[in-house]
Amino acid sequence: MKAAVIVFPGSNCDTDCWHVLRDVLNIQVDFVWHKETNVGGVDLVVLPGGFSYGDYLRTGAIARFSPVMQAVQEHARQGRAVIGICNGFQVLLETGLLPGAMLRNRSLRFVCKHIYVKTENVTSLFTNRLKHGEILKIPIAHGEGNYFCDEQTLETLEQNNRIAFRYCSEQGTLGDEFNPNGSLAHIAGILNERGNILGMMPHPERSSESMLGSGDGRKIWESILSAANV
Amino acid sequence: MFKAKIDVTLKKSVLDPQGQTVLQALHSLGYGTVDALRVGKHFEMTLQSEDRKRAESEIKLMCERLLVNPVIEQYTVELEELR
Repeated sequence: MKAAVIVFPGSNCDTDCWHVLRDVLNIQVDFVWHKETNVGGVDLVVLPGGFSYGDYLRTGAIARFSPVMQAVQEHARQGRAVIGICNGFQVLLETGLLPGAMLRNRSLRFVCKHIYVKTENVTSLFTNRLKHGEILKIPIAHGEGNYFCDEQTLETLEQNNRIAFRYCSEQGTLGDEFNPNGSLAHIAGILNERGNILGMMPHPERSSESMLGSGDGRKIWESILSAANV
Repeated sequence: MFKAKIDVTLKKSVLDPQGQTVLQALHSLGYGTVDALRVGKHFEMTLQSEDRKRAESEIKLMCERLLVNPVIEQYTVELEELR
């Protein structure tokens, strides 16, 4: 399996993703600068977190027009895997590869802490190593992670099992007090219709080694790896 | 030459946490007369265009493609011909 981590001006989780893929999972991985026009025929594209283009206009709004995003869209169209983490999720929303949009956090604060998410989908290529209802401890770090979409879109997401993760308590209870940003239906991550694109606000690359306080995020990478090897 | 002023706000159906916080701050300053408040973005641009109609349609496209996220935002345009 081969992976590419896209680097936009302002990306700042790119090296973390690269490190986890290379050093923790032994995956062949390269950085791809946003001005490139192809992603090199890889199996997985990672859109990392950060503040691409300084979050100007709207988060992810300018990154969408980077030359490399044409290649990422073509890669996705071929059914290959794309994971967008944090700012990468925002880019996927602005690009239209995933439905909905991000609003400012309900608290108006940038929230940086470990939170818990509940696994809702266990069949996607990003979650096949997880159990239904499995609780993961993963950090978030964002000011705009308050997911929003219209009612019809939410219904479609719910009915088609496209909500991958929801914010929850340590025990797995859903509730406003366990939702760090006010996102609709406690959504932390969603899938596209075909199931080859995942956008999530929590950072699995910051929780793939137990020395960092949690190794739970590793299961997401392992799911991708096992799906690619089938 | 035209001058366009574009105002972008969150749709009525979308909660505006920033607007609510500003509203509460105004209330705490004693301005109880303020009922509702939305925070938005303002763009001003000048553009070369042959006529008003062309300028209008070009601005509409700019809004739809970049300046506005139609999932959460709405916009109004004020267009003025500069002589």
